[in-house]
Amino acid sequence: MSDKFHVTSAFAVAFLVASASPVLAQDNKTGGKVTVVTSFPKDVTEPFKKAFEKAHPGATLEVQNRNTNAGVKYIEETKSANQSDLFWASAPDAFEVLKDKKLLQKYALKAAGIPAKIGAYPINDPDGHYFGFAMSGYGIMWNERYIAANKLPLAKEWSDLSKAAYFDHVAMAAPSRSGTTHLTVETILQGEGWDKGWRTIKEMSGNFRTVTERSFGVPDMVNSGQVGYGIVIDFFSFSATASGFPVKFVYPSITTIVPANVAIVANAPNRAGAEAFVEFLLSPAGQEILLEKSVRRLPVRPETYAKAGPDYPNPFNDPRLGSMVKFDVDKSGERSSVVSALYDQLVTFQLDGLKAATKAVHEAEAALAKKDNAKARGLVKEARDRIAALPVNEKDASSAEVRGAFVGAKKDEKNPRQAELEQRWAAFAKDNYAKAKAAAEEARKLVR
Amino acid sequence: MSVSAAPVAWASRAPRIDFGVAAAAVLIALFLLFFLVVPAVMVVYVAFTEKGTGVFTLVNFLDFFATDLLMASFWNSIWVAGMTVAVASVLALPLAAITTLFKFRGAILIQTLGIVPLIMPPFAGAVAMQLLFGRNGTINLLLDQWLGLKIPFMEGLNGVIFVQAIHYFPFILVNLSVALRNIDQAMEEAAQNLGCSGFRLFRRIVFPLALPGYMAGAALVFLKVFDDLATPLLLNVKDMLAPQAYLRITSIGIDDPMGYVIAVILVVISVAAMALAARAVKDGDFATTQRGGGGLARRSMTRGEEIAAYATVGLILLLVLAPHVGLLLLSIGTVWSFSPLPDAYTLKHYATVFSESAGYIKNTILYAGLAAGIDVVVGGAIAYIVLRTRLVGRQGLDLLATAALAVPGVVLGIGYLRTYYGVTLPGGVPMATLWIMIVLALAVRRLPYALRACSAALHQISVSLEEAAENLGATKVRTVRRILVPLAVGGIMAGFVTSFATAAVELSATMMLVQGTADAPLAYGLYVYMQSPAGRGPGAALGVIAVLLVAVCAFLSHIVIQRSGISKGVER
Repeated sequence: MSDKFHVTSAFAVAFLVASASPVLAQDNKTGGKVTVVTSFPKDVTEPFKKAFEKAHPGATLEVQNRNTNAGVKYIEETKSANQSDLFWASAPDAFEVLKDKKLLQKYALKAAGIPAKIGAYPINDPDGHYFGFAMSGYGIMWNERYIAANKLPLAKEWSDLSKAAYFDHVAMAAPSRSGTTHLTVETILQGEGWDKGWRTIKEMSGNFRTVTERSFGVPDMVNSGQVGYGIVIDFFSFSATASGFPVKFVYPSITTIVPANVAIVANAPNRAGAEAFVEFLLSPAGQEILLEKSVRRLPVRPETYAKAGPDYPNPFNDPRLGSMVKFDVDKSGERSSVVSALYDQLVTFQLDGLKAATKAVHEAEAALAKKDNAKARGLVKEARDRIAALPVNEKDASSAEVRGAFVGAKKDEKNPRQAELEQRWAAFAKDNYAKAKAAAEEARKLVR
Repeated sequence: MSVSAAPVAWASRAPRIDFGVAAAAVLIALFLLFFLVVPAVMVVYVAFTEKGTGVFTLVNFLDFFATDLLMASFWNSIWVAGMTVAVASVLALPLAAITTLFKFRGAILIQTLGIVPLIMPPFAGAVAMQLLFGRNGTINLLLDQWLGLKIPFMEGLNGVIFVQAIHYFPFILVNLSVALRNIDQAMEEAAQNLGCSGFRLFRRIVFPLALPGYMAGAALVFLKVFDDLATPLLLNVKDMLAPQAYLRITSIGIDDPMGYVIAVILVVISVAAMALAARAVKDGDFATTQRGGGGLARRSMTRGEEIAAYATVGLILLLVLAPHVGLLLLSIGTVWSFSPLPDAYTLKHYATVFSESAGYIKNTILYAGLAAGIDVVVGGAIAYIVLRTRLVGRQGLDLLATAALAVPGVVLGIGYLRTYYGVTLPGGVPMATLWIMIVLALAVRRLPYALRACSAALHQISVSLEEAAENLGATKVRTVRRILVPLAVGGIMAGFVTSFATAAVELSATMMLVQGTADAPLAYGLYVYMQSPAGRGPGAALGVIAVLLVAVCAFLSHIVIQRSGISKGVER
C-alpha cells in the first residue's frame, strides 16, 4: 500500500476521533437523545420513559416501536450508520442473533444485587452483551365468561389441554413467529424428552382453534372471547386482568422463567445515555416500575417483591417456578430453526388434518368408554401413535445435514434443501393424519 | 362493439416522438427504477440464488412447484381473488346504479360512505370485525341465544372472501360510478330514438360504455385480494400465497429464497392479470366525443322503486359499514369480551389519544396527501403515454407501475433501508431516515390505484377532442391542461381518493421506515397501542379518527368534483 493510503487513513482516524469527541464529552452528563428500538407496547415503555427522563434531566428517550423480528432486521440493515442506542425486547434468541452478528456492545454492569440465575436460566448474558431486566413465564390464560358459557373445566397443566373437552377452544402462537412460544415448546421438549414432548405438543395442538402468527394475537383472542384458553406469556394475562378483562392465568408445573432483556447496540451514537438507561432499568427505582398496573412483569431484584402485593407471583421463593426444567440454551439454539419448521409443517399448516384426526380419536374414545372393545382400543392406539409420529428423530434434528438445509450449506448433492425437507415433512404429517383419522373412525364403527 | 364513430386519424399525428412526452417517460421510468425496482431487486434477487452460497440458480422455482402447500396456496389465492370480485360486484353494482342512473337523494352521501370500507385501520379493524362477526362475536352470540346456531362468517377461505369483498368493493363502486357518470346522454337518447329501452338499453349501451370503469375496478380488486396478506392473517388463513411469502420472509429470515420466489410469482401473476384486463378493454372503442352530457338521464323512481332502492342501499351500507360501527363501539367501550356489546361506555380512550393525535393526523395528511398527489401526477402521465402516444416501451411503464401492487410492503421497506441507508446526506443523516422516504414508499405502493383510475378516465375520452384542439392550434401541453384534465377530473379525483384513503392506513412498509413518534402516521400509532390489552380502546379511538379523517377528505373531494362539474356546466 502506498503512503497515500496511510495518509488518508490517518485523516480518517483523526476525523473519527474528532467526530466521536462530542460523545465522549457527554460522558458525565448522559444527556441528549437516547434511541431505543423495542417490541414493548406503549403501556410498558411510557412509565419507564417518564421516570428515566425525570431521573436524568436533559435526556430524552426516543422510543421506536417495532416487533421483535422487524427490530432485529432494522438494526441489521442500519448498521452502516447506526442511529439506535438500545435494543429492548423479550425473546432472548433475538439478542443471540444480534450478538452473533456482532451488533451488540459488551458492557460491564454496575448495578449490584441481582442474582446470576433464575432456576437454571442465567439472568444476564454470561458474555455481558445483554441483560435481563424482568422475568416472565409461560402458562395458560383463560376467559372466565367463555368457559362458563361453554361449561369447560379448568386446565392447569399442558396435558389437560389435550383432553376432549377442550377441542377447538385453545390458541397458541406459532413458535416460528414468537420467540417466547418457541421457548415454551423447547421447554416441553427438554422437560419430557423429544418423543414424549412432541406427543404432548401435538395432542395439545390437535385441540387448537388456531395457531396465530403473532404473540399478541393469542391474548387478543382470549380477551375478546374468540377462544377460551390461550398459551401465553404471563404479563399478557396480568396486564389484561389489570385492564378489567375477565381473564385469569396459571403456571403449569413444566414451565421455565426466562428474562426479558435490554442491550446496548454496537456503535451507539449516545453510548453514555444508553448505559445510563440500562443502569436505570436495573436500579431499585427502575425495577419498581415493573409492578405498575399496565406493566406487570416480574422484577429481577428479589427485594422489589416486598413492595408488590401478596398475590404477586415471586419466582425467587415459589418452588413451582423455574426449578422444574434445567433449560439447555445451547441445545435449544442449535435446533431452533428445525423445531420451528417442524412445528409449522406438522401443525401450523396441517391444522385441519390434525384436528380432524384428533376429533375422530376423541369420538372413538368416548364410544369406547361406554362399551369396551379390544380391537377398537388397538386402532385408537394406532391413531394416537400416527398423530404423534415424527419424520425426524432427536439426533437427526441436530445433525449437520438437517441444519445445513436451514443455513444453506455448501454445494453437496446429498444435502436436501430446506424446501425439500419441508415438503417431505408436510407429506409425512398429512398422510399420517389421514390414516389416524381412518383408524379412529374404524374403531368407532366397531364399538357401535 | 365499436360505439363511437370517432375517426381514427393516426395520419394527423406525426410519427415524431414529442420531446416533452419522452422526457416525462424517462423521468417516470427513473422514479420507478430508484424507488421500486432497485429496492425490490436488492431484496428479491435472493429468489434466484442458492441458499448459503449465493450462486445463481432456478432450483427454488422447481421447489415451489414441488411443494404441496405452496401449490395449494396458489390455487386458493386465485379462487379467493376471483370470488371476491364476484361478491364485490354484487355489492357495488346496485349502489352504483341507484346513485347514477336514478334521481336519488343522498347519492353523494352514499358515494362518500362507499369509500369508507377501504379505510380499515390495521389491527383495530381486525379486532372490531372479530367482535362483530367472529365465532363469539355479537351476531353469533345473539344467533346462538335465540336460535341456537352460529354462522361461520369469518372462517376459512369463505371468510376471507366475505371480509375482502366488504373491504375492497369500493374500488369497483368508485371506478364504475365515474364511468357511468361520464357516459354521454346522447348515446342513450340515440338508442331510445331507435326504439331501444329497458334491459336491452343497459346491455347494449350502458354496460359496454361503462366497461372500462368496471374492469379497472374489478382488476384492482382481484390484484389487491391476490396480494393482500392482512386479511388472511387476521382470519388465520395461512394457505394463500401472500401470507406464505410474508410468513417466510419474516420468520425464516431475509436470506431465505422461498419467500422471494413467492413474491416473484405474485408479481408475475399480477402483471398477467392486469394485462388480461387491459386486453378485455382494448378490444372495444369506448370513447365518446360528446362531453358535458352529464351522464345518463336520471330517471325518477316510483314510490315502490324508491322504497326498494332505500332498502337495498340501507342493507348494503349496514353490512359494509359494520366493521366501522364495531370500531366505534370498541373506541367508546370499556371492556368488551364474550358479550354482544361492551360492558359500559366511556370517552376516556379519546382523552388518552387526544394529546398525541394531532401530530399523527398532521403526518398522515401530509404523507398520504403527498403520496396521492405524486400518484395522480405519475399515474396520469403514464396513462397518457400509454393511451395517447406511440412511445416505444410505453406498456412497460404501465406494467412496471402495476407490479408495485405485488411487492410486499415489508420487502419494499427493507429494500429502502438496504438501498438508501448507506447514502448519507450532508450532516451525516442516512437518506433512508428522512420522512420523505415514507411518502415515496406510500406513493409507489398506491400508484397502481391512481394509474387504473386515470387510464379508465382517459379511455372514455375520444382522441378526436384533443385532435380538434390541436387542429385549432393548441399546443400539447395546453390540450392536456384545457381538454384532457377537465374531462378526466372525475377519474383523477377517484384515483386520488383511493390512493389517499389506502395510504392513510398503510402500515407494512411504514413500519420499517418510521424513525420515531415525531414522524409517525396514525397507522403506526395505532399499531403501538394495539399491542397491549389496555391499548385496545385508545387504538380503536385512533382508528376512528383515521376513518373520519379520510371520510372527510373523500367528501370534500366529491364536492370539488361536483363544483368543477358545475363550473363547466355539466350539472344542469
